[in-house]
Amino acid sequence: MISLRGLVKQFPGGVRAIDDLDLEIAGGEFLALLGPSGCGKTTLLRTIAGLETPTAGRVGIGGRDVTALPPGRRDVAMVFQDYALFPHMDVAANIAYPLRVKRVGRAERRARAAATADRLGLSGLLERRPAQLSGGQQQRVALARAIACRPRAFLFDEPLSNLDARLRLTARTFLKRLQRELSVTTVFVTHDQGEALALADRVAVMSGGRLAQVGTPAEVFQRPLTTFVASFIGATPMNLLPGRAEGGALLVAGARLTPPGPARGLPDGEPVTYGVRPEYADLSFEPREDGFPGRVGVVENMGTALLVTLEPAGGGDGPLVQVVVPEEGGEPALGTPAWAVPRTSRALVYREGRLLGAPVAPAPASAEPTA
Amino acid sequence: MGTDAAGLGRGRAMAFILPALVLIGVFLVFPALWTVYLGLTDYRLTGLAAAEPRFVGLDNYAAALTDARFGSSLWLTVQFVLGSAVAGQAVLGFAVAWVARGLRTPVRRAVEGLVLLSWILPGSVVAFLWIALLDRDGGTLNALLNTPGTAWLLDHPMLSIIVFNIWRGTAFSMMLYSAALENVPPSHLETARLAGASTACQLGDVVLPRIKGHVLTNLLLISLWTFNDFTPFLLTAGGPEGRSEILPVYVYAIALNGGRLGAGAAVSFLILLINLVFALIYLRLLRARNAPPTAAAPGGRGPV
Repeated sequence: MISLRGLVKQFPGGVRAIDDLDLEIAGGEFLALLGPSGCGKTTLLRTIAGLETPTAGRVGIGGRDVTALPPGRRDVAMVFQDYALFPHMDVAANIAYPLRVKRVGRAERRARAAATADRLGLSGLLERRPAQLSGGQQQRVALARAIACRPRAFLFDEPLSNLDARLRLTARTFLKRLQRELSVTTVFVTHDQGEALALADRVAVMSGGRLAQVGTPAEVFQRPLTTFVASFIGATPMNLLPGRAEGGALLVAGARLTPPGPARGLPDGEPVTYGVRPEYADLSFEPREDGFPGRVGVVENMGTALLVTLEPAGGGDGPLVQVVVPEEGGEPALGTPAWAVPRTSRALVYREGRLLGAPVAPAPASAEPTA
Repeated sequence: MGTDAAGLGRGRAMAFILPALVLIGVFLVFPALWTVYLGLTDYRLTGLAAAEPRFVGLDNYAAALTDARFGSSLWLTVQFVLGSAVAGQAVLGFAVAWVARGLRTPVRRAVEGLVLLSWILPGSVVAFLWIALLDRDGGTLNALLNTPGTAWLLDHPMLSIIVFNIWRGTAFSMMLYSAALENVPPSHLETARLAGASTACQLGDVVLPRIKGHVLTNLLLISLWTFNDFTPFLLTAGGPEGRSEILPVYVYAIALNGGRLGAGAAVSFLILLINLVFALIYLRLLRARNAPPTAAAPGGRGPV
């Protein structure tokens, strides 16, 4: 397990990349650190690795305080975005490199490199140089090097982002299965929310050096605690519309909506932000009081569904709301008046950027160790 | 013409490169050939042989190669090159470049600026500074070490010019290695650190294989420059008793002081041949490095 307490990293020049952060990662857990560029996720990973020294706070790995230990004595393995394979060594030497540094005997080194390579489907490539491998093979060699020394934790710094889109999906599935089989604590940094949701047992969303939300993929997707998380998670961003409470209902963008449970009983005139995912709204071509009125502005075919963007009916700039509709109904004609009707049970209401009905302290949900 | 991308035609293309060829011919090829010719004569600075040099065949070469002074001069030059260029400038330059990586930018700039200063100052100015430093009576070094009366340039002439040349030339190696180290991806060093590699291991496993080409280029250049360097003459004039008479100084002594221009030209040609050997060894090493042991695959990284 990895335990971070009161962690602060301030760079010379005053930038606070990590701002008083606490996080517990259970043994065998797969945690994704997710956030936009510059949110501090890579700095956090590097601090766990020991490549950065924290300004304050403690780092514990496997019940041992490693804050003062150099990277080589923390017993962690890292896979970098560029894989960091040594170009002058063949695949076998690359995989066995950490073992060579640890003065493991030559015969055992070769055996372990071969066994690891076999497991990752690299057996025929042991004699090759990295330049003679495809991107996917290079990525697996980097994984093999991390696995072969049997570390306490894996630290992954966007290891899939240099692969092309299709290969990335294959590598993702492969990585998830591998992690389950090895059940080694894993921290995975990514800016791709889909990758984080697909891979991780828990997702930690970071913003400005702090944790915006920590929870299972289902929790962060269904109940994002802040509008930041809401807009960051999801293949299509959540519709977030300003509105206000009035007479037990919510007036939002021309619609009169029944508030979801936690948002009932707001005082009249209270400003709120109404959030609903495009997947959780329906499109009506008949006038509805509980639908956002607009005109069909853009229709994007996503294969199994259509992403319809409604624009304000009375002109005006910019999209109003997006709705995902099944492709069976055919593409609606551009300019058609339409009403986007949110499903109340799936709607979320935010006041001052925070979810109504959320737990008082955004405490991380208890970790659920895998395997 | 398939290769004529600019559409100039052979005649006009020749007209464009002719001025450059003429300059190279007049200032590089002709003097070199002239040196070869002079080396085969008894041409002198003054006297009868200055007016009518006679062809003497390989006499000058035979004389030089049997001259004990040439032999000792060659040996001193080897010491000078190995001591000040290979062991001194290259190692120290790398050390400064490596350490400077970890320093904060203003500190690094200050160090680099100071090291560069010793490189860009004119040789005569630098020589004067060093004479002032090493002087027997009022020298700064004697004042610092509290060793009045020690004549460094007389007692330790080779050591003096070696240290002098290290001080003077380290900047080039430092700059070249600084640029080379930029090419080492931080993730490679960090992978080695995470594996627990010591600094020596990181240098041997990650850095040196990566910058081998830079190291070879640097060693070639500084070896050639040091081999042909005349600046030590300004400190010791080859003395005392020829104990710091490196080859360029030896040529100067026989050709201009001794007036035997023919003999000087012959020794110059020998120096040229030695330089050529350096360059050939370097090219051989570089070619060995560029040819991978197995068949090269197309493309570098990147998904396929």
